[in-house]
Amino acid sequence: MKSNESNQSAAAVSEPQDERLQKVSFWKKALNRPELGALAGTVLVLAFFIVVSSGTGMFSPSGIVNFLEVSAQLGIIATAAALLMIGGEFDLSIGSMIGLAGILIAIPAVEYGWPLWAAIILAFSCAALVGWINGNLVNKTGLPSFIVTLGFLFILRGLAIGISRLLTGRTQVGGVQDHIPGDWFAALFSGEVGTGLFAWMASQGWIATNFADNPMVTGIPVSIVWWLGLTAVATWILLCTPYGNWIFASGGDKNAARNSGVPVHRVKISLFMFTAFSATVFACIQVMDTGSADTIRGMLKELEAIIAVVIGGALLTGGYGSAIGAALGALIFGMVQMGIFYTGVNTDWFQVFLGVMLLVAVLFNNYMRKKAMEAK
Amino acid sequence: MSERTPMIEMCNVSKHFGSVIALSDISMKVCSGEVMCLLGDNGAGKSTLIKTLSGVHSPSHGEMYLDGKPVNFKSPAYALDAGIATVFQDLAMIPLMSITRNFFMGREPTVGWGPLKRIDWKYADRIAKQEMAKIGIDVRDPSQPVGTLSGGERQCVAIARAVYFGAKVLILDEPTSALGVKQASVVLRYIAKARADGLAVIFITHNVHHAFPVADAFTLLSRGGSLGTFRKAEITREEVLNMMAGGAELESLDAELSEFQRSDQQQKQATGDGGQPLSRASNA
Repeated sequence: MKSNESNQSAAAVSEPQDERLQKVSFWKKALNRPELGALAGTVLVLAFFIVVSSGTGMFSPSGIVNFLEVSAQLGIIATAAALLMIGGEFDLSIGSMIGLAGILIAIPAVEYGWPLWAAIILAFSCAALVGWINGNLVNKTGLPSFIVTLGFLFILRGLAIGISRLLTGRTQVGGVQDHIPGDWFAALFSGEVGTGLFAWMASQGWIATNFADNPMVTGIPVSIVWWLGLTAVATWILLCTPYGNWIFASGGDKNAARNSGVPVHRVKISLFMFTAFSATVFACIQVMDTGSADTIRGMLKELEAIIAVVIGGALLTGGYGSAIGAALGALIFGMVQMGIFYTGVNTDWFQVFLGVMLLVAVLFNNYMRKKAMEAK
Repeated sequence: MSERTPMIEMCNVSKHFGSVIALSDISMKVCSGEVMCLLGDNGAGKSTLIKTLSGVHSPSHGEMYLDGKPVNFKSPAYALDAGIATVFQDLAMIPLMSITRNFFMGREPTVGWGPLKRIDWKYADRIAKQEMAKIGIDVRDPSQPVGTLSGGERQCVAIARAVYFGAKVLILDEPTSALGVKQASVVLRYIAKARADGLAVIFITHNVHHAFPVADAFTLLSRGGSLGTFRKAEITREEVLNMMAGGAELESLDAELSEFQRSDQQQKQATGDGGQPLSRASNA
């Protein structure tokens, strides 16, 4: 007891400044953040295209909105994929879920006269079910989620095509746009935000206008708002909430987490449900935007999401990563995709660039993680 | 002693893994303010017993009682909620997470309410640093990853965490194996303090110098079964040592060692010098 107290007082004395704790500069601290690589990459890619595509309109307001929209759509699913990867699992069924959700929205609304909001709720319910099944299968069987969700990649795509062909005889369903006006729920996934603000800015002469004095950019597409919102929520969850701590723990070491009282199974099921949810948000925005659904929509999106997450600094093995990193990864993705278009380089090269980016990101992250594990 | 309700009691508990019988018919009770030391060879079932008590495994047969009430833990979370904290042999630490995140894993202190409910990081960092200081580890920065700590420091985090959260029962699976002399004595003092505070303590160690001073009773396990519980008054340090290591084996080891020594000396005398240490060993 006595020495316990003396230990305490000793600690109290050394409290003000530990002599072993050298002043860590802001930069050194930043080096330990997972999103650092993605931030550096973003700056690099941005600088590259500012130089290369100068005068092409890529960085005009409408050009910026263009590539941000590409980034946003990917970013929505990348955020959920990031949380899931930090939680130690993959979801390869995201892309197929996008296709299926689109069909589930369009067919009831167009063919059966459901109100759009009811069709959207149906899609979200099915997504929740798919996520729940994915999570339970992974938990109960102990199989790698790679295999389980690979199965669902084909199951969901097949269901989308099968259901669509069975009910309509086609694999594309158009005419959704006629149902959007006046639907309160669909409004969440369509149109633009801040149109009044942009009109006002145009009237003040702050942003470019077209021949009819309307602003070139009439508002922020709703996808960008969803992207920023989801990234903010995911970041809040990861950094500030017990649930976020459980995600890191579940991905870091499943057994250690469970032995410390973390409800690992519940965490994983909820994360799988979240990826399916994000795929459905993606599908909603896409269906409202194009006015149609197509069973082949969302192909390869699951891999693009994983690329964005890995560029964003997440570890493939789980337990480490960030939602902001995934957002930056999606931003890089969008900039490169649109940038190549603007610079006039043959867009065939986009995929080469993407693959190289991925490899560089993984190598860099590996190196940084080793640095982080060395005593500071 | 016997009329008191034991804090934790196991009645004829068995645990099977498929065809393997890891524990068979174990009965054991530990009262509050008592330290029980589990002894036995590797594979005797000590860790399985501890994992059953802490909710990692649920028993195949038999009952467990906490403070007289029957309990059935579906997961370690339930055991923790009931006031049973465990230091596992693998420590249940996640290297890439910070000390504070590990310390409060599954038990995060929160402030605020509703969707704004968040971890109270200031409080959590302070408690983690303070509890680590109590065990004699001065944490430089509670936000550094556990992976940057040494093995002994990690063990101290796990112990400090269990002591902080253990309300009724404290279980330690080889808590002193990676510790220096100073930290080991701090841990033993912790165990003594937990006993004084009225906790029931169960621990495993292979070190008789750690086991004998603090334990009130010893339970000997062998091949999944219990060979009985001995009160400290009924047993000597040498007998404990014998039970720990299997006395017969130690004696034969002694004999073998002295045999080596003798042949060494003979060789030395024969060759005049010792020669290469390695070749000597292989000759012997």
